[in-house]
Amino acid sequence: MIPGISITEILTLTSILFFIGIYGFITRTNLISMLISVEIILNSTVINFVIINKYLYPELLQGVVYSLFIIAVAAAETALAVAIIINLYKQISSVDVKETETLKY
Amino acid sequence: MEKYIFYVLALIMIVSAIASVSSRKMLRSVVYLLFVLIGIAGIYFMADYNFLAAIQLTVYAGGIIVLIIFSVLLVHHIDMELEVAKKSKRIITALASLIGLGVFLTTIYSHPFVETTTAVTTTTADIGFALLSTEAGGFILPFEVISILLLAVMIGAIVIAKGEDDTEEEPKETPVVKQEEPVEKKEELLENEVTV
Repeated sequence: MIPGISITEILTLTSILFFIGIYGFITRTNLISMLISVEIILNSTVINFVIINKYLYPELLQGVVYSLFIIAVAAAETALAVAIIINLYKQISSVDVKETETLKY
Repeated sequence: MEKYIFYVLALIMIVSAIASVSSRKMLRSVVYLLFVLIGIAGIYFMADYNFLAAIQLTVYAGGIIVLIIFSVLLVHHIDMELEVAKKSKRIITALASLIGLGVFLTTIYSHPFVETTTAVTTTTADIGFALLSTEAGGFILPFEVISILLLAVMIGAIVIAKGEDDTEEEPKETPVVKQEEPVEKKEELLENEVTV
């Protein structure tokens, strides 16, 4: 645990980061910017897992292991999203959410 | 001492996150995101989780940031400016986010957390044994599921990013006569399966 810092201060920091991410996700219309906002949201939640494990149950490992899994899933999701964005740009020459209005079929 | 380092890190992370979601230059937004991710790795270091901090630095700051920068450079011109949302939409979203943040903070500050005072250092070997343990409370099953997920995502990303230009032309060129052979082969395969 971090000396001199209580758990509520760290949870406050992660809550602020989480809502900054949500603000960006709603106001941005560019797909890559929305991906960046999702990264901020996911990272703030991962800090919560790790810090609660460290401050409340330091003998257990569940928080650390689950944060590892969240990081792996987030990396997979980013790779797939970038592939989709590049494919979309090849088809309609834009990555703006307002112009992606047709499905394949 | 750690207290002030934490406050400086928190300030850097919040300012960079705000700049990242509101900057009008795409590439600058990605670099601000990099600052946020490195600050998170610093918090892991301060909480004595060295392995997680290393993972955060290599996977996020090393891998994902490079991936996003690649996609930005492939998709955008460098000096293109993003359009900003309408002012009313921004204000309403900021208000909703502030209300949500208020709900979160009242919940956090009214909940009595029982903090332990024992400091246990989690080594990388502990995490490795927990990941490969087959006993009760082990994580071998999600570990294997994650590996299958990563394989599927790798194949899926290649298929999606490659597009369908090459695959559609091949079936048209093959003559119709060849159609009978695969059927017999399939039957042989089926028979083999039955005998096995």
